[in-house]
Amino acid sequence: MTAVTNHAPTPARTSRTGVGVVVGIALLVLTVTSVFIGVSDVTPASLVRADADSHAAFLLLVSRIPRTVAVLLVGASLGIAGLIMQMMVRNRFVEPSTTGVTEFATLGMLGCIVLAPALPVVGKAAVAAVFGLAGTWVFLQVIKAVPVRQLVLVPLVGIMLGGVVGAFTTFIAYRMDLLQSLGQWSQGSFASVMAGRYELLWLAGAMVIVAWVAADRFSVIGLGEDFATNLGLNCRRVMAIGMVIIAVITATVLATAGIVPFLGLVVPNVVSLIIGDNVRRAIPWVAGLGAVFILACDILARVVRFPYEIPLSVIVGIVGAGIFLWLLLRKGSRAH
Amino acid sequence: MIVLDGATKRYGSTTVLDQVSLSFGEEGVTALIGPNGAGKSTLFSVIGRLLQPEEGRVLVDDLDVATAPSRTLATRLAVLRQDNHIAARLTVADLVEFGRFPHSRGRMTTEDREHVEQALDYLDLQPYRARYLDQLSGGQRQRAFVAMVLAQDTRYVLLDEPLNNLDLRHAVEIMRLLRRMADELGKRIVVVLHDINVAARYCDRIVAMRDGRVVCDGPAAEVMDPEVLESVYDLPVDVREIDGRLVALTAG
Ligand SMILES: Nc1ncnc2c1ncn2[C@@H]1O[C@H](COP(=O)(O)OP(=O)(O)O)[C@@H](O)[C@H]1O
Ligand SMILES: [Mg+2]
Repeated sequence: MTAVTNHAPTPARTSRTGVGVVVGIALLVLTVTSVFIGVSDVTPASLVRADADSHAAFLLLVSRIPRTVAVLLVGASLGIAGLIMQMMVRNRFVEPSTTGVTEFATLGMLGCIVLAPALPVVGKAAVAAVFGLAGTWVFLQVIKAVPVRQLVLVPLVGIMLGGVVGAFTTFIAYRMDLLQSLGQWSQGSFASVMAGRYELLWLAGAMVIVAWVAADRFSVIGLGEDFATNLGLNCRRVMAIGMVIIAVITATVLATAGIVPFLGLVVPNVVSLIIGDNVRRAIPWVAGLGAVFILACDILARVVRFPYEIPLSVIVGIVGAGIFLWLLLRKGSRAH
Repeated sequence: MIVLDGATKRYGSTTVLDQVSLSFGEEGVTALIGPNGAGKSTLFSVIGRLLQPEEGRVLVDDLDVATAPSRTLATRLAVLRQDNHIAARLTVADLVEFGRFPHSRGRMTTEDREHVEQALDYLDLQPYRARYLDQLSGGQRQRAFVAMVLAQDTRYVLLDEPLNNLDLRHAVEIMRLLRRMADELGKRIVVVLHDINVAARYCDRIVAMRDGRVVCDGPAAEVMDPEVLESVYDLPVDVREIDGRLVALTAG
């Protein structure tokens, strides 16, 4: 009777493996490309004939490799932050930048600049993380009043919350004459990344590992509180871990690269279409695809007006919004 | 044993559970019946530590559900709620594997996998194991949820209206499965049913609730009585014996 469907997964699994291989190769090619793109002449050849005080090797170590590593870490971790948040809220359309978390963290950074300008970046990021944590908490409290099944209302509420906090931040920046500086550092870009100015991102990388270790707990929390309680999960503790993951990733990315919108939204949704939402299975995909997405955007940002760079956030905004619209409008989307 | 001792739950001024004292655990399969709004789901929520009662206590094998570690309780008691909506895109096999979570905590052993396969077999779900939940019919999805609590492998299993969405054949199969779980695996099952004939046919004991109180509790033959049923449902009910089985018929 149903024997036909019995082996239906086989072709699907094969094509999944295929997609996985493509993503892997893309990641490798883009990583190498990313290292060798730039105004100065750094090519594999120039490295081979390097003499002791080679300019190319110096550039590679101080600027190119750090930049590429930073891009990889940001792509992987922002995707994971989005994924974890989506499981916690049980809504596909949330990520730190559509829920006010990023705006709260930005407010924290601005507060540091105003009140303690001498604070090292680590300190500023820590303050931003605390604000991000508060922002996640506020969002989760507000969202309690919204029924889970109101798929579109939840992100709308988040965007409003972000709007209010963002307006407040802008107002302070305006009064302090910091508007231009706020625009500069909060705009997503890797142009200023170099050795000594991106290492904070390893913390975001560590959060990816934490998420991976606790993956099943986030899957179970994604089933809803009733199932999670029945399965003996300590919901509050897992929510707390999730909040820390989201806040630390948001804050460290903000402090090193600025605001990178859409990635946390788009990547987990695409991965969900390919292999579903079992977090343990999804994490390597989200991290990999997130890295590919942002590497490609960063390379584009560097070559479109070569030798000048356009801000990464512009490219990410255009590409991300396009993919997001497609996700919303495609047939079978759960948004309608 | 699951023991409720004077459990009371209120929403504002309305009392939804009113001093309920009750125990489950002697009989294999117990049916919980009663009209809509009688408090059956609330009773399950209170036992399953999803709601805290204002008064009274709930014990599962001498563990107070209000204070015992949730994880320990999850290896003894499984509750399947009435309306289950899962937003995440999971396959049937994923879902049933999560039923092992209290035992595996995410690290599946061979034994865990065996339980998963067994549950999939029991519920006739092997053909659908790789399907996403939103690609199933309501009845198939319902069976997937039952498979999940079966894989959880607890002594006590509470199922709230598990026959919703099921066709006749699968409804009967679920009831037979519950019988087997009780008779072969020694489980203690409490199931909310609306069809009293199904309850009388497959259950050892029937508990009837109304307005937050237990109004009748006893073997099927005792509850399958016109007067008792009328007092539960406010509806004239006729009970006949057909081929040695008690069958309730509604007038009109
Ligand atoms: N969150 C709530 N707030 C107020 N009343 C509720 C709430 N949940 C349930 N009730 C009420 O409690 C009563 C019992 O509900 P329930 O246990 O779901 O009944 P049953 O499962 O027997 O149909 C109903 O009258 C219902 O309206
Ligand atoms: Mg109910």
